[in-house]
Amino acid sequence: MENDGTHVAINSNADIVEARQKGRALAIELGFDGSDLTLIAAAISEIARNIVDHAKTGEIMLNAAAQGSKRGICIIAADQGPGIKDVTKAMQYGYSTRKGLGVGLPGAKWLMDEFDIDTKVGVGTTVTMKKWLH
Amino acid sequence: MHVPVLKQGGYLIASVQSVLSDADLLQLRDDLAERVGQFRSRGVIIDVTVLDVIDSFATRTLRAVAHMLKLRGAETVIVGIQPDVAFAMVQLGLTLEGVGTALDLEEGLAYLNRLSKKNVKHGK
Repeated sequence: MENDGTHVAINSNADIVEARQKGRALAIELGFDGSDLTLIAAAISEIARNIVDHAKTGEIMLNAAAQGSKRGICIIAADQGPGIKDVTKAMQYGYSTRKGLGVGLPGAKWLMDEFDIDTKVGVGTTVTMKKWLH
Repeated sequence: MHVPVLKQGGYLIASVQSVLSDADLLQLRDDLAERVGQFRSRGVIIDVTVLDVIDSFATRTLRAVAHMLKLRGAETVIVGIQPDVAFAMVQLGLTLEGVGTALDLEEGLAYLNRLSKKNVKHGK
């Protein structure tokens, strides 16, 4: 199960669509349905857009996730962009360093069950998020 | 993918046919702003029934479209937001504040007809 992962290179806003479609397809394969599919696709959309807007390029990795008896999906968004200076601020709803709504990162966190952000200025940012099957 | 825009009496109907990239959304915005002038339309319906996700960018763009068209003298109504999509939008805290919405195309037309009647009454 851990090996049916997909990898999507993010180079432009057209790749955001591809990432969320592949994410949705994997989520269906893993047993998600109904509104969970939309929530997962929306979360992928937000973090993929974050890559395009701030780092220009990066990648999204989609994998099955398992922890104890829990099964789900793991989405990793990684870039070698400028990194985030103030993560606490970046995770505040409505805060945006550009012309956005400031919804992206905090929004994605709300949509998923687990959300982790690892960032270093000048090195890049990696967002790891998971959603579990109920 | 390009969104076809049809003229229906005094209204324009933009019927989204497949998922939209950011660039497609911006193209739709520009198309509508131009067509409203070309056809002297008083109302625009954007049918998003096929969209499986309306994220923050799509929300922001739809809002911008509606406000732009309003400045051009046309009312906008977004129709066909699916239940799951609406749920995800609420979870993300996204709102289409100040933008008309209706269940489907039929309700969208009724919405625009009601608005234009009201405007006639008030001599606008």
